[in-house]
Amino acid sequence: MPTHRATTTRSRPTAEPAHRADVKRRSFLGLLVAAPVLVTAAEIGRQTLFDSVPDASAVALPSAPQPAELYDLLDVIRDSARPTANLITVKVNKDGTVSFAIPRSENGQGIITSTQMIIAEEMNLDPDQVVVTLADARPELVFNQLTGGSSTTFSTYTPIRVAAALAQGRLLGAAANELDQDVSVLTSRQGLITGPNGKSLPFGDLTTKAAAPVTEAANVVLKDREKFTVIGKARTKSDALAMVTGKKKFTTDLKIPDALPTVICRAPDLNGFPRSVGNLAAIRAMPGVTDVVKVGTGVAVRAKTYGQCIDAVNALEVTWAAGTVSGEDDESVLRKLRRGELPLAAPKGLGTTLESEHVFYFRSNSSLETNCAIADVRANSATIWGPAKSPIAAQNDIARKLGIPQNAVTFHVMEGGGSFGRKLFYDAALEAAEVSQAMGKPVKLMWTRSDDSRQGRVHPMATTRIRANVTGDAVSSFEIRHTSVATEVNPGLSEAITATAQKVPGGNLTVSESIFVTTQVTPYNFGVSTNFLSEVDMRFNTSSMRNIYSPDVATARELMVDRIAARMGKDPYEFRSEFTKLERWKKVVDRAAKEADWGKSMADGTAQGIGMHVEYKGVACAVVELDCRPETVNREIRSARTGPRVTKVTYVVDVGLVINPRGVRAQMMGGINDALAMTLTSSLHLTDGHFVEASWDNYFYTRQWNTPPEMNIIVVDDSDAPEPGGVGEFGVAATCGAIACAYVRATGKTPSYFPLDHKDPLPFTPYPTSPPVPPSPVNGLETTF
Amino acid sequence: MPNHTFKLNGETVDVEVEDDVRLLWVIRDLLGVTGPKYGCGINVCKACTSHINGKAFNPCSVPVGAVKPTDEVTTIEGLADTAPGGDLHPMQQAWIDNDVAQCGYCQPGQIMAAVAKVRQCRAEGREVDDAAIEELRNICRCGTYNRIREAIKAGAEKM
Repeated sequence: MPTHRATTTRSRPTAEPAHRADVKRRSFLGLLVAAPVLVTAAEIGRQTLFDSVPDASAVALPSAPQPAELYDLLDVIRDSARPTANLITVKVNKDGTVSFAIPRSENGQGIITSTQMIIAEEMNLDPDQVVVTLADARPELVFNQLTGGSSTTFSTYTPIRVAAALAQGRLLGAAANELDQDVSVLTSRQGLITGPNGKSLPFGDLTTKAAAPVTEAANVVLKDREKFTVIGKARTKSDALAMVTGKKKFTTDLKIPDALPTVICRAPDLNGFPRSVGNLAAIRAMPGVTDVVKVGTGVAVRAKTYGQCIDAVNALEVTWAAGTVSGEDDESVLRKLRRGELPLAAPKGLGTTLESEHVFYFRSNSSLETNCAIADVRANSATIWGPAKSPIAAQNDIARKLGIPQNAVTFHVMEGGGSFGRKLFYDAALEAAEVSQAMGKPVKLMWTRSDDSRQGRVHPMATTRIRANVTGDAVSSFEIRHTSVATEVNPGLSEAITATAQKVPGGNLTVSESIFVTTQVTPYNFGVSTNFLSEVDMRFNTSSMRNIYSPDVATARELMVDRIAARMGKDPYEFRSEFTKLERWKKVVDRAAKEADWGKSMADGTAQGIGMHVEYKGVACAVVELDCRPETVNREIRSARTGPRVTKVTYVVDVGLVINPRGVRAQMMGGINDALAMTLTSSLHLTDGHFVEASWDNYFYTRQWNTPPEMNIIVVDDSDAPEPGGVGEFGVAATCGAIACAYVRATGKTPSYFPLDHKDPLPFTPYPTSPPVPPSPVNGLETTF
Repeated sequence: MPNHTFKLNGETVDVEVEDDVRLLWVIRDLLGVTGPKYGCGINVCKACTSHINGKAFNPCSVPVGAVKPTDEVTTIEGLADTAPGGDLHPMQQAWIDNDVAQCGYCQPGQIMAAVAKVRQCRAEGREVDDAAIEELRNICRCGTYNRIREAIKAGAEKM
């Protein structure tokens, strides 16, 4: 008999949490901005609203709250944005619409729609009456124009509401004057303020009268959550029609005068660069070509069509300098990683010591829209169009590169065709500016797919090692050591983080360590529980791919959790339910198990797996069913990866207050499909100094034949949390963990690396690295259907 | 320079360009019709899927010289006009009803492929089921696949 046992999780008192009740009564300070029409802003400079210090709710060997439970990446980003929140304004226009230029980047997350909803709620409008656009780069916003870490709604929710509520109040006041009625008897609906006599005035007629002659502060009380009619209701994306009719414009769809297609010929090696070009004159004479210049990263070709750019790029004779990882491959990088691994600290010998080590190979965060930007650089100014999640940093870098002042660069932020972390950087914008300056002409620069795949940013290779000491029915220590090729953190994000990261308990960390420490939570009572990151290799182009470190760490962690459970003779679900730290988290685990019919009978070669994850002020639990039977694993599809198939996913997520449940479900679905790719099918192979994969027939992101036929996504709609947490990346990690655990349960084999098929023979013949772009086929009329 | 004529979304177009330039670039860069998207240029991602004489094809892999004056090319912009009544093709409406699109970049190609797949299934007397949908190779990097499945089945019922 064990000397002591883990007792079951105790329920917390069920009264409504005090912090939630507080929020609705608190009054906020807003700003009336002097302007000809009504313009309002928020003044946020006070204590955080979110009471994120958790109450420990289980007893055995409770783990102290980890830093990310007290102060996480969302707090970092929001606090960095606080001092400038009052520069973000809501404007009531004379045509009765309300407009707001959000200083964030839309790449499909649905933040334009959710922001319309937040403003509409506070002003009793239909969301369609709110016009939300993406703001140009505004350097005065400093850290408040950064889209990353799933932080948008968390950081903008309250400031936007305050500004909107203030505007609503001013309009009511102006209407009371005009109608000669007391404010308390007026109603505001759909942009019309109506008095008891039925007489009404539209916002558009009131905005001049409601405008502030001088800028002044004003108190405002926000709408009670119980009275919400827009927030929490499923809403279709505001640009759904534009997207299905082809009218939505992405960067390369824009018609900017004289901005002709431009492509860069790139080196065979990762980060190789050009020394000389042998046949410039011949290339300049090719059909459609207008300009050819050597730039830092390659040789740029401008032509009438992209097709002609690509033909010219492939005909260029360039002498290249070696790249940054010349001659290296996966295994040589892995050896270097292993030399940088931090020691596991807890001594072995207390009970049973379980250890694990997993390798996670490089993955690509290339979106379907490749890197692109339009640049029109003149003598003393530049105008840039492009998707950018940190346009202020982009503007600053471009100005430095061009040798002109930052305020001479106008950066128009375009909606992006997917990001997944890729658009935290602005590689194409920087190149477009350089090329436009060199050619003296506007350019519409686009990376080809092979550029985007081979030279683009990646999720770094990493190892995760875990040591757990298990004593009887308790876990006395749980250590995670994540060792990674360095994740490059973009200037905008790193400045925001270094400005506030000293608030993290145990502060004074590097940028990457800050992100790791503020995102990683081991959500179980495992005694002494620590998470550390070390980074070792700076030679790759990396970025924070969707969910950054968590997909890998969660995979390794949840596999170890299953091993500990097995060691104690406990069911994986029951173990998690028993050991998870908070009642809010346990509820989600229990709900997932129930919805998924956890423990049901499964055929040989198939199994369920469960994984949970805590991040973004929320909690998620995935239960998957995985089919590893030979007839499934070995099914053949042309130019595809098949392998084990996830046949069902049940995903329960508590993200706090839900703005648009349809949008939240969409983000979870995307995250789940990412997790399939991360765990099972998609990776980059480094060979001889370059990545092998050049296109989507090499890099196997989830396709229709991989996606789970059944997906049940449940968004908790009665969360205790008072505010919206983060959504955009929250589908990935828990699913990765669940798939990995299901694989072990179905096959009895524990993988030592991910994705599972990384070392299988490549199901394709690699495209050559020189010429750099696989030529377009000519037989497209033979494959019609 | 060679002259090329074909029908694009119901209108006869005329363009001067070398024979080997792929139709995608002719449509996008020279004719300014930007619904079909570039995602790979090698007939793999299917983001540029459009119709030629009512069948799905990928203009990134067809030289403009291979297109005949009588060929009717339809992009997402012209899809609605190929269906009777209404402002939208039933598949486009199904896409909105299911709020399929996330970033939207691949969706014109997805919708064009879906319409052709439904027609193909009908012609072959097959059901538009998961197996048929899994024949579609269009990539959605946002991972909207499950909503695409729902929308195709709903759209098929109205076609």
